[in-house]
Amino acid sequence: MTRMALSDKLAILSDAARYDASCASSGTARRDSRDGKGLGSTEGSGICHAYAPDGRCISLLKILMTNFCIYDCAYCINRVSSHVRRARFSADEVVQLTIEFYRRNYIEGLFLSSGIIRSPDATMSDMVQIAKRLREGENFRGYIHLKTIPDAAPELIEQAGLYADRLSINVELPTDNSVKAYAPEKNPVTIRKAMGDVKSRKEVASEKSYTGKRGKRFAPAGQSTQMIVGADRSTDATILGQSTRLYGAYQLRRVYYSAFSPIPDATAQLPLIKPPLVREHRLYQADWLLRFYGFGVDEITAARPDGNLDLELDPKLAWALQNRALFPVDVNRASKDMLLRVPGFGTRTVDRILSTRRHRNLRYGDLLQMGTPMKKAQPFIVARDWTPGALTDSANLRTRFAPPPQQLSLL
Amino acid sequence: MYTVPLPRIGTDLAWRDAAKRLIGAAIPPEDVLWDFGGEMGELFATAAPLPPPSRRIKAPQSFIQMADTVVWHKDPQRFARLYAMLWRLRHETGLMQDRADQHLAKLRQMEKGVNRCKHKMKAFVRFRDLRQGGDRRSFAAWFEPTHHTVEPTAPFFARRFADMDWMIATPDVTAQFVDGNLSFHPGQPKPDLPKDGAEALWGAYFCNIFNPARVKIKAMTSEMPKKYWKNLPEAQHIHDLIAGAEAKVQKMQDAAPTIPPERAQRIRRQLRQQKGDDQ
Ligand code: SF4
Repeated sequence: MTRMALSDKLAILSDAARYDASCASSGTARRDSRDGKGLGSTEGSGICHAYAPDGRCISLLKILMTNFCIYDCAYCINRVSSHVRRARFSADEVVQLTIEFYRRNYIEGLFLSSGIIRSPDATMSDMVQIAKRLREGENFRGYIHLKTIPDAAPELIEQAGLYADRLSINVELPTDNSVKAYAPEKNPVTIRKAMGDVKSRKEVASEKSYTGKRGKRFAPAGQSTQMIVGADRSTDATILGQSTRLYGAYQLRRVYYSAFSPIPDATAQLPLIKPPLVREHRLYQADWLLRFYGFGVDEITAARPDGNLDLELDPKLAWALQNRALFPVDVNRASKDMLLRVPGFGTRTVDRILSTRRHRNLRYGDLLQMGTPMKKAQPFIVARDWTPGALTDSANLRTRFAPPPQQLSLL
Repeated sequence: MYTVPLPRIGTDLAWRDAAKRLIGAAIPPEDVLWDFGGEMGELFATAAPLPPPSRRIKAPQSFIQMADTVVWHKDPQRFARLYAMLWRLRHETGLMQDRADQHLAKLRQMEKGVNRCKHKMKAFVRFRDLRQGGDRRSFAAWFEPTHHTVEPTAPFFARRFADMDWMIATPDVTAQFVDGNLSFHPGQPKPDLPKDGAEALWGAYFCNIFNPARVKIKAMTSEMPKKYWKNLPEAQHIHDLIAGAEAKVQKMQDAAPTIPPERAQRIRRQLRQQKGDDQ
């Protein structure tokens, strides 16, 4: 077999990696290389070095070590039954690409995942070796995200956490039944156990021992997971319920939602639909409300009987329209919790309102001056010189926000 | 009337020093002209020397932080606006918390602009390998920031790329990092940098990490505005990626399902056997 050029491998193995939504490089321990003995830094919030025409941030070199895989997950381009071209990076190639891209300021670091070759342990151990070489051989202090293989031995996951900033294990699909149906070799129980292991190792690492010393750093940017949306028939209520359980049980930093999107050489099992991008977007918004705005899953998904989010309106606005009796709220008096529930008000807006209302009795114009987006908030608030009157309860309030019905065109 | 000359390099410290002296001597904003980088020319060059530094001048920490950022904005009014705010702060305590004050709002907006520019500089500088040999590798980049952000952003590059030498040249100020020492020099026209083979690999990555089934052009351009594209090697591919996206997706959808390759059966059988053995 002739040797494949590096750029061909890179093309195949980044193409295969693009279905992982995460490219985050935030929230890890601070490091730099001011001592002149290494390369790289991490400072709180990561940087998006480029944006692809799909609007996604490119922060990390996101590649597969190899796209050979012995499993047969229906939704995946790398499954054993697909005819996709296969390639495999050597450890050296991954290390060099990462370092050379980093030196040119293209990336924040590496996100490495892999198809499963030979066995889960063999694959995981090759990935750990790459991370180790970056850290110890190259003194690389940038960001490393390793996608771990749930069936791999716990010792390997433990080592991975010593070199990586973040670990992820994808739950893949929202329910156990869907995992069984579409990823027959994967076991949801093993996946959850692996997430549980990561969580407890992280806890052990952050506890001080009796000598007062902390354990070695373990995955300081925590763990995350991903769910594919739209491949199975799960409703948004099911999906968000699953996320809430995952956030709670495994202290995940993030759950990513990835709209199922067409892949080359797809299986007949899954129809190639247009990826449900709006749905994905609404799920992210709902996820945000659950984590930072004090909403419960049932509140957010109550608006529609079929358990799905309203695609036309953002979930907070949809909730407010269902709960008009709670509005309008007075921006000069309302509690923080209630202000957070006003459509259009973000956490930053609410903080500004709270600090500014100590100085003045807020008018409509003051809110504008502070950069508050008022179009959505208008019907739901009272200010010193503003009341929405009958607007809050008007029957056509929804149509003010929902996009007009699509124009029909001739066939 | 005081005319305060402010240098292009070290603008932040020079402004702060002058502002302290002027406030200390109770000089009102209308009696001060700020001259950045000698832009005013000879006409105003004859000015009274600044008042001597006086007792310790205090200002809210939040103002000092804001001023340290706003001084790098390109708006010629930035220094006067900051000084006017400092002047009001002498009597209006709590002014910094009043987000509805329009002068403060304007300064905050400028602060945001500079911070965004700094952030974009951290993101979009692209180094090229100068291949000079020696113990330390050396790289150089050409960048065109919107505001005067080279100086406040260079320390970030020094923390990150400390084991190599580098230069970031801009029309305004050039930052240089040699043997661990950071220095600033006057700006320059675009230098002729050698070609770098890594750019082709980076381009290959950019093209393949893109998912043609999810084209969202506005989401891209709002975060990576076109004005930056000419200095980003990957941006040359954007046009073709967008133009070819639909056809690519159509091809995937039209393709008939295939029969799995032979080895798939074999591997599946093996896996099933292993599972059986485990149980
Ligand atoms: S294990 Fe499944 S999801 Fe992962 S690469 Fe293999 S086929 Fe794809």
